[in-house]
Amino acid sequence: MSHRSPLLPLLFALVCIGIALYPLVGDAFYVRLAAKIVVLGILAMSLDLLVGFAGLVSMGHAAFSGAAAYVVAALINKAGVTDLPTLLAASLATAGVTALAIGWISVRTSGIYLIMITLALGQMVFFFFHDVSFWGGADGVNLDAKPVLAIAGIELIDLSDRTVFYYVALACLVGTFVLLSVVLQSPFGQVLRGVRINEGRTRALGHDVQRYKLAAFVLAGLIAGLAGFLEVARSGFVSPAHLGWHESATVLIVVILGGMGTLVGPVIGAFALVFLEDWAAELTDHWKLIVGLFVIAVVLFLPNGLVGPLARSGGREGLGKALARLWNAPARLFGRTPAKRRDDLPQESAGDA
Amino acid sequence: MPETILETRDLSRRFGGLRAVSAVSLAFERGVVHAILGPNGAGKTTLINMLSGDLPPTDGKILFEGADVTGLPVHVRARRGIGRSYQKTNILPELTCLENCWLGAQARLPGWLNMVRPARRYRDVQARAERALGLCGLEARAGTQAATLSHGEMRQLEIGMMLATEPRLLLLDEPLAGMGVEESWRVIDLLKTLARDHTLILIEHDMDAVFSIAQRITVMVNGCELETGTPEQIRTSVAVRDAYLGEELAA
Repeated sequence: MSHRSPLLPLLFALVCIGIALYPLVGDAFYVRLAAKIVVLGILAMSLDLLVGFAGLVSMGHAAFSGAAAYVVAALINKAGVTDLPTLLAASLATAGVTALAIGWISVRTSGIYLIMITLALGQMVFFFFHDVSFWGGADGVNLDAKPVLAIAGIELIDLSDRTVFYYVALACLVGTFVLLSVVLQSPFGQVLRGVRINEGRTRALGHDVQRYKLAAFVLAGLIAGLAGFLEVARSGFVSPAHLGWHESATVLIVVILGGMGTLVGPVIGAFALVFLEDWAAELTDHWKLIVGLFVIAVVLFLPNGLVGPLARSGGREGLGKALARLWNAPARLFGRTPAKRRDDLPQESAGDA
Repeated sequence: MPETILETRDLSRRFGGLRAVSAVSLAFERGVVHAILGPNGAGKTTLINMLSGDLPPTDGKILFEGADVTGLPVHVRARRGIGRSYQKTNILPELTCLENCWLGAQARLPGWLNMVRPARRYRDVQARAERALGLCGLEARAGTQAATLSHGEMRQLEIGMMLATEPRLLLLDEPLAGMGVEESWRVIDLLKTLARDHTLILIEHDMDAVFSIAQRITVMVNGCELETGTPEQIRTSVAVRDAYLGEELAA
């Protein structure tokens, strides 16, 4: 039922193989950066389910991952729990319930109102963790230990080992991709697509769109919870900044940058943003200017994101079109094409006479 | 004794001070093509919107197959067997014709959390969608993106999507709107085919079309029912002639 180009899953496979092999050759610093990218990629993929596939622009997505991260931190530091399955289950439950609550209120609205209400509710979650002293205050908290999976006293997975974490995160990335691919191909995914394109008609055809939107919120929240769990396990640190609107906006930018409505797009977007930030920050103190210009350039010249040219079926035709867009870009930048301008002029002078 | 499929009791809708529909009580018989006529602003579309569930009534009741459906939302009514098409083409332009019908056909699936099996493997849904596409005359366009269809074909798809939900009662809001003569006759033929095993409630301005397919006609004026009867009764009714049909039928 989908006309997506086969190039996109192929690109995802190549990216994953690249990530898997990179530690064999790469510098330790960049391996750590790659781990950060993988976690951000999972978070962005979950947001893309809402934004790119269901057309629900949420500005509170970091609330789900951040809340999960805080619960992991509290369980480890305050209760001494390091059991990986327990911590993971707690993360998913926290994010899922948060998404259920925020989604239950939010799906009644759409468009700009949905953006505003998810922003507001996300900020409520932010202030809950920011202001309640139990959670550690504005400076955040460091983890005393990291999640460990042990059966009968034998440690199977220890996430404090960087290499182990790296491949666990990669497995989660692949798992998320497969899960979302399956869901999007299913009848459930078809209805979400209907909601994005024409919500009213989808409802009139007999689908309870409210229920579908809420389910999408919860599913996206659960995956965001997984990302939050991985993020706190990766950095060993969580602060209110992890769940503020700034973080939500960054994830949204990652999705738009890479290409909305494609699962591989958010992963590519995460790569682009993290590497660009790293590169620009070394170059100048005003690195945010460079990042901003890059984002503007992508939005102007590649409106479907970095993977946009590959997303059309065929790929080659898409690339040609993308090059043509690049060629025409200067004219579009000034709001009109030269040809149109010439057409306008005689009419105007005729009107004056 | 003909069976009533849909009934309205004192159905009213106000928009602020405007009474768009006031106290309309109608009975629609199963298997009958029932047209609703009236000048612009008579409340025809408002009535259809209330019947389909797109608009809640301010007062009154709607009974479908004997059950009160007044408070039911549009998607529940669709699942019960009330399908509708819109006056202004309301399709999913990015999708192919088959995918548009697919979305309707899928509404008949039991449950809603069907998240695992790929949609294309649901053979029964596929068959329903293809059947609806065939009925509305677009089987040759199955793989065509809906946005690239001609206006007439979009109107056909509009009907096809509704048919894919396998409704028993069809609410058609100006199915011929903006169509050329030849396209119109194609759709009229389709409506005649559908009339064999469906109940049709139809709003249409094209008098030739209405009188050629409708078995019952209700004329509305200013939100009220003026008269209901057979096409012959309506054609010869003095009240209707005075209120509405005068100029067109006098000749």
